[in-house]
Amino acid sequence: MANLYRDTGIVLRVQKLGEADRIITLLTQKHGKVRAVAKGVRRTSSRFGARLEPFGHVDVQFYPGRSLDVVTQVETLDAFHVSLVGDYSRYTAACAVLETADRLTAEEGEPALRLYLLVTGALRALAAGERDGSLVLDAFLMRAMSIAGWAPAVEECARCGEPGPHRAFNVQAGGVVCANCRPAGSATPSAETLRLLVALLHGEWDVVDALPTGARRDASGLVAAHLQWHMERQLRSLPLVERTARPVDG
Amino acid sequence: MYEGPVQDLIDELGRLPGVGPKSAQRIAFHLLAAEPADIGRLQDALQKVKEGVVFCDVCGNVSAETTCRICRDTRRDVTLICVVEEPKDVLAVERTREFKGRYHVLGGALDPLSGVGPDQLRIRQLLQRIGNQVDGKDVAEIIIATDPNTEGEATATYLVRMLRDFPGLTVTRLASGLPMGGDLEFADELTLGRAMSGRRVV
Ligand SMILES: [Zn+2]
Ligand SMILES: [Zn+2]
Repeated sequence: MANLYRDTGIVLRVQKLGEADRIITLLTQKHGKVRAVAKGVRRTSSRFGARLEPFGHVDVQFYPGRSLDVVTQVETLDAFHVSLVGDYSRYTAACAVLETADRLTAEEGEPALRLYLLVTGALRALAAGERDGSLVLDAFLMRAMSIAGWAPAVEECARCGEPGPHRAFNVQAGGVVCANCRPAGSATPSAETLRLLVALLHGEWDVVDALPTGARRDASGLVAAHLQWHMERQLRSLPLVERTARPVDG
Repeated sequence: MYEGPVQDLIDELGRLPGVGPKSAQRIAFHLLAAEPADIGRLQDALQKVKEGVVFCDVCGNVSAETTCRICRDTRRDVTLICVVEEPKDVLAVERTREFKGRYHVLGGALDPLSGVGPDQLRIRQLLQRIGNQVDGKDVAEIIIATDPNTEGEATATYLVRMLRDFPGLTVTRLASGLPMGGDLEFADELTLGRAMSGRRVV
């Protein structure tokens, strides 16, 4: 058993395999994305039980297999799913976090520590439920795109680098654009919306909280448009995110 | 690789859920050696599953007629509706013999990662059923029996939010004892029966 290895990870996805097994896709701290088989998990008597559900933050031991590695032990670090499933809006936002993380890690086994930390932080914030889930998601998406190397320009002009603030935003051009570079058909979001994008990218939550809530919807729209423009295929979960925070929930 | 029809059969079988390449080969060679009468019955069953099965216009369960056997049965309590994800879950609950009401099959669970939102499930039809009387009686209780896993729990949360404002309606969830992470179809009758009788108001 010398080849056993151990890592901590977030369960991104589970797929049924055969009668009662599952293929688990994890984003791990040291090994990047890992796909592994968990045997017997769908039986209600399984010892892995709820630990290998999407959103689970787990400490896992793997045994390398011929095609897929096999999960031999699981310990729960954070059962984020337990609180997320109690609030439908935050559940949908958390789904978009997982799908984005999955899509941004094309290669299995390629280390992705920054993304792992970002995903863990976003799920922790969504599970805690102290902030608007939609804002947590947008902050996550801005920073995930930044790690991927294609965050929208939110301060300098995306084309010429002229320092801002600028008034126009153009997805194809890569973010805000100055009056000279501005292509026809660019959006002109409010100054608050653009300020919100900057604050979300840098994690300036005091600024986010001070801005009028009316800017949030427009900012979400720009973030989503920019993300989808760079993804080969559309994200399935993003259009299903419940954006309107309800006064009472759960 | 085998030649012609045998390989075609292996390929088709290999597309079925839970059938790997090795099992597909084993099934193909079993069929090759089988009696013509056995093959005939299988052929018949396959043909009929697409032509002869419809979904019940009331509950969404698989049915041989427009309305299924359970929805036609006048001895069953029309004031109780048990909401499940799939037709196979109806069978699982029926086996417990604990439930005398009717069902509503959603057709899955809310699973944004697979692109399944509220509009892809039979949630609107459930709301309509609750709004309408049957034989002069109102629906009094909705029992949510979605799978005890992440998608099933999230679906239950969504349904509770939709249903809690219906006046006079009690919404219940199967009692714990069903561990999280499992599929309802794998729960043994005893556990599932206990979960049904010990359901709690949510
Ligand atoms: Zn410019
Ligand atoms: Zn029916």
